[in-house]
Amino acid sequence: MDLLQIKDISKSYEENRVLKNVSLSIKEGEIHGLVGENGAGKSTLMNILFGMPVIHSTGGYEGEMLIDGKPYKPTTPEDAMAAGIGMVHQEFMLIPGFTITENIKLNREKTLPTFLSKIFGNRLEKLDTEAMAKDAREALKKLDMDIDEYVPVAGLPVGHMQFIEIAREIDKSKLRLLILDEPTAVLTESEADKFLEVIKKLSQMGIAILFISHRLDEIKQITDSITILRDGEVVANVKTDEIDVKEIARLMVGRKVELSKKEDEDRGIKDENILEIKDLRVNMPGEEVKGLSLTVKKGEILGIGGLAGQGKLGIANGIMGLYETSGSIVKDGKELHLNNPREALKSSIAFLSEDRRGVGLLLDDSIEFNIAFSSLEIQDNFLKQVGPLKLIDKKKVREHANRMIEELDIRCTGPKQRARALSGGNQQKVCIARALSLNPDLLLVSEPTRGIDIGAKKLVLDTLVKLNRERGVTVIITSSELGELRQVSDRIAIIYDGKVAGILPPDASDEEFGLLMAGEDLKKVVN
Amino acid sequence: MKDFINRIGLPRFIIIIFLIFLMALAIYLNIPLSDVITDILVRFGMNAILVLAMVPGIQAGIGMNFNLPLGIICGLIGALISIEFKLSGFTGLFVSILIALPLAAIGGYLYGKMLNSVKGQEMTVGNYVGYSIVSFMCIFWLLAPFKSPELIWAYGGNGLRVTVSLESSTSHVLNNFLAFKIGKVTVPTGLLLFFAIFAFLVWIYSQSNKGLSMIVAGSNAKFALSNGIDVDKQRIKGTVFSTVLAAIGIIVYSQSFGFLQLYNAPLYSAMPAAAAILIGGASLKRATIVHVLIGTILFQSLLVVALPVINVIAEGTMSEVIRVIVSNGIILYALTREGGSAA
Repeated sequence: MDLLQIKDISKSYEENRVLKNVSLSIKEGEIHGLVGENGAGKSTLMNILFGMPVIHSTGGYEGEMLIDGKPYKPTTPEDAMAAGIGMVHQEFMLIPGFTITENIKLNREKTLPTFLSKIFGNRLEKLDTEAMAKDAREALKKLDMDIDEYVPVAGLPVGHMQFIEIAREIDKSKLRLLILDEPTAVLTESEADKFLEVIKKLSQMGIAILFISHRLDEIKQITDSITILRDGEVVANVKTDEIDVKEIARLMVGRKVELSKKEDEDRGIKDENILEIKDLRVNMPGEEVKGLSLTVKKGEILGIGGLAGQGKLGIANGIMGLYETSGSIVKDGKELHLNNPREALKSSIAFLSEDRRGVGLLLDDSIEFNIAFSSLEIQDNFLKQVGPLKLIDKKKVREHANRMIEELDIRCTGPKQRARALSGGNQQKVCIARALSLNPDLLLVSEPTRGIDIGAKKLVLDTLVKLNRERGVTVIITSSELGELRQVSDRIAIIYDGKVAGILPPDASDEEFGLLMAGEDLKKVVN
Repeated sequence: MKDFINRIGLPRFIIIIFLIFLMALAIYLNIPLSDVITDILVRFGMNAILVLAMVPGIQAGIGMNFNLPLGIICGLIGALISIEFKLSGFTGLFVSILIALPLAAIGGYLYGKMLNSVKGQEMTVGNYVGYSIVSFMCIFWLLAPFKSPELIWAYGGNGLRVTVSLESSTSHVLNNFLAFKIGKVTVPTGLLLFFAIFAFLVWIYSQSNKGLSMIVAGSNAKFALSNGIDVDKQRIKGTVFSTVLAAIGIIVYSQSFGFLQLYNAPLYSAMPAAAAILIGGASLKRATIVHVLIGTILFQSLLVVALPVINVIAEGTMSEVIRVIVSNGIILYALTREGGSAA
């Protein structure tokens, strides 16, 4: 019988459906791979399985789960642990100042009775350090870890921390299913190899493993079977020997819902570079760019894709000078001053941040002020001279805002409404209006459709295309959704590990995209 | 009714009701209303600029400037020097301000630089800097080389008095300027006009491109940065303006009060000013002249009306106790609001 069965699980966050009838099952001792793009629903599925509170505070889920054929309905992580499910998170959950033993036995300490505990109850029992150390040693031994259990965790290499997290899980006597969320992402190659060895050993001990990873070769190498998720749906549920890496990549990316196929047109993009980036390094935490080179042609729409954390978001932020940047950026033949947002804006570059509510908007100010401010600040527009002072010209601001509201079809009660009250799509349009007020010739757009419902997505994308066609604005659009990049872009650069992994036309095959995103060398795989 | 309460905010609604109740009680107790109204006008005028000093700080993103004592000390030094030179009347007043201005600007600049390295904790740090500076100045007041008999202890020796009378110098110059009477109520025209000038300056600045940059930097630093604004510079600017206004504020306050209060007195200036602007409806991110006007009128009225009423029906010291409870209670309430939104 299967250890864990998941049947028809569905989950939506408000209107946004993130999982649709997902089913999978895992046998005892099986290593089961789970792959999918960012946003495919992997984390949500894990959260449901592990009983994370976020699921229940947002209305729970539909469908059922069975463990050993018995219904399993976790509402807290404790329920999951009681059922024998352990999880190793992407971020380490260890206390740095505690020793390895203390971390492994945290909250499950062994204790000895004392004089005080006999009077005041077992909360005053003392720790049985010897027994705890013995347990810890055993758990570490199962992982082939040769390390003293009394060493504090702080200062250990990341690889070791990963093992200690796992040791903690296997020390739980009832552990039957271990969930590993991108466990090798932080490991070096040799550490990862050793890690995979250990995983195999665990599975031989009868522990089932649910293995989430972006590294497709790893998945192929270690798992017994694979479930591929795309847009919250299971697109394949196969034995690992029956599928190859290329096929996994293709299924993972897939064709998204065709919104509107781009009409065949002669784009007539001249062979003139508007932007030449050489050896760009951007120190943006979590999205580091490491020596990237890229040229952008005048009048094109360039898509930038790639998985989260590979550095694609760092590029636009670096060009704008919002994070520490080095390298060289040449705009229209002129060297751009780095680390200076004002210079970038003055060079006719406008930016729509991926953090729309944090960076892109003044949430408590009116729509009209949001639209006008950049232009007011950078180009001294919307001002009237009164004596020695330049005061804001509210009439001009109002007129301009009304024009923009009409042109971009921003749904609001009027130009005085606060930006906070708008829906995501309309907020994004306010951001676009603000960028347009600068009359840029290069527009950097990051994650334009994040957190926007599907209808509004199309409107936002159409607006960007319209700007490109009618005003001749060159657009660099960075997005985690490959589907939308393929829909609007002329070329798509895929970023892996802070560099361009390759540039593909939008009609390149799914597997080419999938392989580039997973950091595989296209030629190597094809050969 | 509910709409009305929502529009003016619950705290203001409660305070207004309380104020009306006190007014009624005052009339019932035969406390002359004309005196009360005169007092409200005077106390409004003398405190309003100190409250106004909170505005640039909030706009620039440093929150309540609890380090008002810094500016106040600069103002006091200005006033002391003008007395030392035996200046009086308007000359004394303007010379005091002229001397205080550069001192406050330098002090504000240095303090602003410091605040840029403790982002997110400006209000806590401000409090402690205030305490430190006041204590440090206690030494200064003792050692300062002033010679005028008005300033030093009557029995000679070193050090300045705790309170310096302005009787022979600038006392009431603004209060009496163009003052007129309506019935038994005296209107301190000069005092109110003086405040009006500064309120207008702050307002016009907040409409200018420079001022808008500062306000945007204060309300969303990331947004400001992505629009090419040097956020640190704007914060320093706000701190300088706030400190300068505090310096002017204390000079105006003192001429109306009739005394300069040295030593520990500046410590007790920031809390009432913060309370007043919060009552007026400001938040830690947003403050306007309207908040200053409403807040100062409500807060000062409350004190002016409450004191005689409570003094009649209860012990004499109750009035001070009530004042402290009200001002600190309001600050506490405003700080517990999420992000200080509309207190």
